[in-house]
Amino acid sequence: MAAPQPVGSVSPHPMIEMRHVHKWFGEFHVLRDINLTVNQGQKVVVCGPSGSGKSTMIRCINRLEEHQDGQILVDGIELTNDVKNIEAIRREVGMVFQQFNLFPHLTVLENLTLAPIWVRKVPKKEAEDTAMYFLERVHIPEQANKYPGQLSGGQQQRVAIARSLCMRPKIMLFDEPTSALDPEMIKEVLDVMIELAQEGMTMIVVTHEMGFARTVADSIVFMDRGEIVEAAPPQEFFAHPRTDRARLFLSQILGH
Amino acid sequence: MSDTQSHYTSPSFAGPKTRQPGRTFADIPPVRWARANLFNSWLNTALTLLLAYFIVKYAIDIVSWGLINAVWEVPGNDTRACREIREIGACWALINEKFRFIMFATYPYEEHWRPALVIAIFLALYAISAMRRFWNRKLIVIWLLGLVSIGILMWGGVFGLRYVEQERWGGLPITLMLSTFGIAIAFPLSILLALGRRSDMPAIRVMCVTYIELIRGVPLISLLFMASVMFPLFLPEGLTVDKLLRAQVAIIMFAAAYLAEVVRGGLQAIPKGQYEAADAIGLSYWQKIGFIILPQALRLVIPPLVNTFIGLFKDTSLVLIIGIFDLLNAAKTSVNEPAWQGFGVEAYIFVSIIYFVFCFGMSKYSQDLEADLSRHRKR
Repeated sequence: MAAPQPVGSVSPHPMIEMRHVHKWFGEFHVLRDINLTVNQGQKVVVCGPSGSGKSTMIRCINRLEEHQDGQILVDGIELTNDVKNIEAIRREVGMVFQQFNLFPHLTVLENLTLAPIWVRKVPKKEAEDTAMYFLERVHIPEQANKYPGQLSGGQQQRVAIARSLCMRPKIMLFDEPTSALDPEMIKEVLDVMIELAQEGMTMIVVTHEMGFARTVADSIVFMDRGEIVEAAPPQEFFAHPRTDRARLFLSQILGH
Repeated sequence: MSDTQSHYTSPSFAGPKTRQPGRTFADIPPVRWARANLFNSWLNTALTLLLAYFIVKYAIDIVSWGLINAVWEVPGNDTRACREIREIGACWALINEKFRFIMFATYPYEEHWRPALVIAIFLALYAISAMRRFWNRKLIVIWLLGLVSIGILMWGGVFGLRYVEQERWGGLPITLMLSTFGIAIAFPLSILLALGRRSDMPAIRVMCVTYIELIRGVPLISLLFMASVMFPLFLPEGLTVDKLLRAQVAIIMFAAAYLAEVVRGGLQAIPKGQYEAADAIGLSYWQKIGFIILPQALRLVIPPLVNTFIGLFKDTSLVLIIGIFDLLNAAKTSVNEPAWQGFGVEAYIFVSIIYFVFCFGMSKYSQDLEADLSRHRKR
């Protein structure tokens, strides 16, 4: 995979561009004028109080949520109602959920090979080889023939990461990937994510794991009440938050 | 197990025929159980004795009616022997005499081997379909072959078989046809209806809701009447659709509406995360439904699905009101002959047993299937 690309390298290639994006849930204005550009290889950590619209924002990127105003471009393809575009974008974007959302009726291996075989039309054998490769990468090749229900939460989340990677995505979205895990399992998942980051994957991660943010993020995006309040490199964000809202949030989250 | 037994019976522990000290009649496990559960208060004792009295009394009555006093044969259709034991004994001679009429109704007598073979083909198809290793494309081919041979056998007119018009078909093959095709066609239809009812497209949703509510809101009998009496009025002159097919369509429409709601129940039980995960990895709508949603949803609703299948199997007997000779109607008609009038109970018991065998088979199979499919839920 490509070497990590520092922010502001010679010719940054924008993978995700959100321009003046708005979204309402009924009367509730959940995203207000979101502007965000993520370049290839960049790692963005999104944080903020609950209900601030973090998850909704990244769910707009692969159309799990529909935005009502503004523009979203993923790898140059604009998200519209056109099913072709949506399918094309979903092939490029992997997503990891808080609740893992593995398919409980399929084995781990089947979870990993289903989409490559049916969406990417990869031959079964090749898909299985790829699946085993990524299971090794997330350190659980021995679980390939088990069902998700037989695995621990941490193992399930690593399978979910491998499932996304099997589609060879250009971008990975993580929606609070460690929030549903028991504390002792958080590290094994974060380690896998750090390895992925070091290989240059473009990532947007919604998380409260500030240690992870410090280690991995090129940029921290702080959201509150549907707005992006601050966006800054981690050193700057943690040391000198510019707004009161960010200071309050950091004092709450780092306070204990 | 055998180890433990030999261990306990070994002479070194308790010598044969020597009673252990203090071990009385009350210590024998079944006696102890009965004392603790059946005779633990004067009220329970009274209830136990009362129930025991009725159970024994009716068991004796049933055995003496059904076996001891029963008449098994009446040579030369002379039913006087049966009339003499009315009330005190069963006349199984009726079944003996009318067996072929109940099973095949008015199908030409000398051609009865054909519907008999059809029943055998149906049973074989069920058996093959029940085996999971046939759950692939082969099954479709097997079913098509089965259906073609059933058609050829019933109608005839080819391969030197005598042509038998549909009006003469009857008995168990009719019941099996109506219920098998009823379920086989209504089930996929119901899945489409259930999906349609949850569709994002308003037109499709409204159509499916209307269909389900309309059909579910009327009795099957009225649908059968409409199919039999009203439907032909709408057809252009000269065009006729035979009665059995019309009844079949009515049954399919009715069953599909009921099954659709069962399937919808299953769809609703699938967490939203499963839909989102399927979307996120790029599956198309039908891939998502086929690979992710339906396998889980249908597994959840196996009990109510089979409940509806069983209900449908027995509901096919309602076709008797439009004059189709299914199994139940054949049984009813078999006692119309003056000599046999009044022996309906025996005929109904006989067909009840046949219905029971099929329904119990479905129930048992569904339990096994459920246990088999939910293995992955256990750790």
